[in-house]
Amino acid sequence: MPGSSAAGALAPLPAPRSAEQALTGAATVADMEASARPASALDAARLALLRDLQLAFRRRAQLVQPLAFFAMVTMLFPLAISPELARLREIAPGVLWVAALLASLLALEFLFRDDAHDGTLEQYALSGQSLTALMFAKTAAHWLLTGLPLALMAPLAALSLGASAAAIPGIVVAVAVGSVALSLIGSIGAALTLGIKRSGALLSLLTLPLSMPVLIFGARATQLAIGGASFLAPLELLGALAVLGVTLAPLAAAAAVRISLE
Amino acid sequence: MTDARLEVEDLHLWRGEQHVLRGVRFALQAGQCLEVTGANGSGKTSLLRTLCGLMYPEEGQVLWNGANVRADLRAFHAALVYLGHEPPLKADLSARENLRYWIGTRWRLAAPQLAAALERVGAGACSDRLVRTLSAGQRRRVALAALALLAVPLWVLDEPTTNLDAAGQQLVGSLLAEQLARGGMVVAAVHQGLPAAVHEFGEPRQLELAA
Repeated sequence: MPGSSAAGALAPLPAPRSAEQALTGAATVADMEASARPASALDAARLALLRDLQLAFRRRAQLVQPLAFFAMVTMLFPLAISPELARLREIAPGVLWVAALLASLLALEFLFRDDAHDGTLEQYALSGQSLTALMFAKTAAHWLLTGLPLALMAPLAALSLGASAAAIPGIVVAVAVGSVALSLIGSIGAALTLGIKRSGALLSLLTLPLSMPVLIFGARATQLAIGGASFLAPLELLGALAVLGVTLAPLAAAAAVRISLE
Repeated sequence: MTDARLEVEDLHLWRGEQHVLRGVRFALQAGQCLEVTGANGSGKTSLLRTLCGLMYPEEGQVLWNGANVRADLRAFHAALVYLGHEPPLKADLSARENLRYWIGTRWRLAAPQLAAALERVGAGACSDRLVRTLSAGQRRRVALAALALLAVPLWVLDEPTTNLDAAGQQLVGSLLAEQLARGGMVVAAVHQGLPAAVHEFGEPRQLELAA
């Protein structure tokens, strides 16, 4: 809300500082007020997104964990069940989606935890910006760091589970769209469990039931893609879930974050 | 903004079974400073957080320019900056990056402004070091740079001088004096009293919370 922030700024007053202070190069308050412009909601969201991306690349181990988990789980199934491709192809959609769901859950715990710990969430809540927009930005960063890489890894997993190369585009699109919904649903759970120590188990109890529609339609789309049929119908439903998430989840997450700050 | 005023009316706050704030009231005009004192656990931080609108009081209200802040919390937040016990800095980002992201969500900043603010608080030399490698006092200084950058009417500070050396205390004093000189307000929870520079603008008003 740029208008209200501008109203909240101090009107520039004559600088109460001497000329030599200005000459030392330290910017005077009046200078700063003259040049300072309130950031728009878009600026704020962009910076929140960039902050999370930059932080993630400073802590790569955390970034790689869910992806390695996804790769491991999907590799284990051929070993455990049978190397027969026809059989693997049948279970491939389920394996792929359960693994993706759990991998995205693994990363979820870190979505707000550090920010709550170091006071960043508090500053977000007091920034005068829309907390909903900031939560959306954080969730978007989360998707870019887990959902998108999962979608890009899905072909590898699908091929090892006996899917044909023709099915790859469909699988990538389905996982990409589905993981948007997963990140958004997860952001509500992560925000709700903020005040709780060792919230992992509760987080999965909260998030997994809500994620079931995504799992069902995602697995169905993948199954159809592997079978070479049109997977548009379940994909559209996945898209609808993602859109619903985009409109509602950041609102809910922002409300939950406010409660956790109390 | 000489007509800015902050009024707190009869705040009551309960935390579970504890009656933390028992009818706190004060009023602050432009250019005034309020020193909140009290023993540990007397509710200083709770008062500051309630004032900012982070906590909901059971009774009473906070008025900003005569209007309840709950009516337009975002406009009120745009007019204040709150610094808690811990500087809200990310250990894995440098001091400069931290400020850029933190203050950038509120104000559009140019790089020279950032550099000048860090220089001002004596953190110029360590502005490119990761915050995890900084000492507690240096972190506090980096957080103070936010005050130098944000030209907002109300500063709400929780123990602004913790971990600071003598020069750092003076720095807090000069930052506060500047804020008061241009008609800003300061509400600060303190243990040892505010630095001397603040007293040049009249005795800070006192509020003592009983434990």
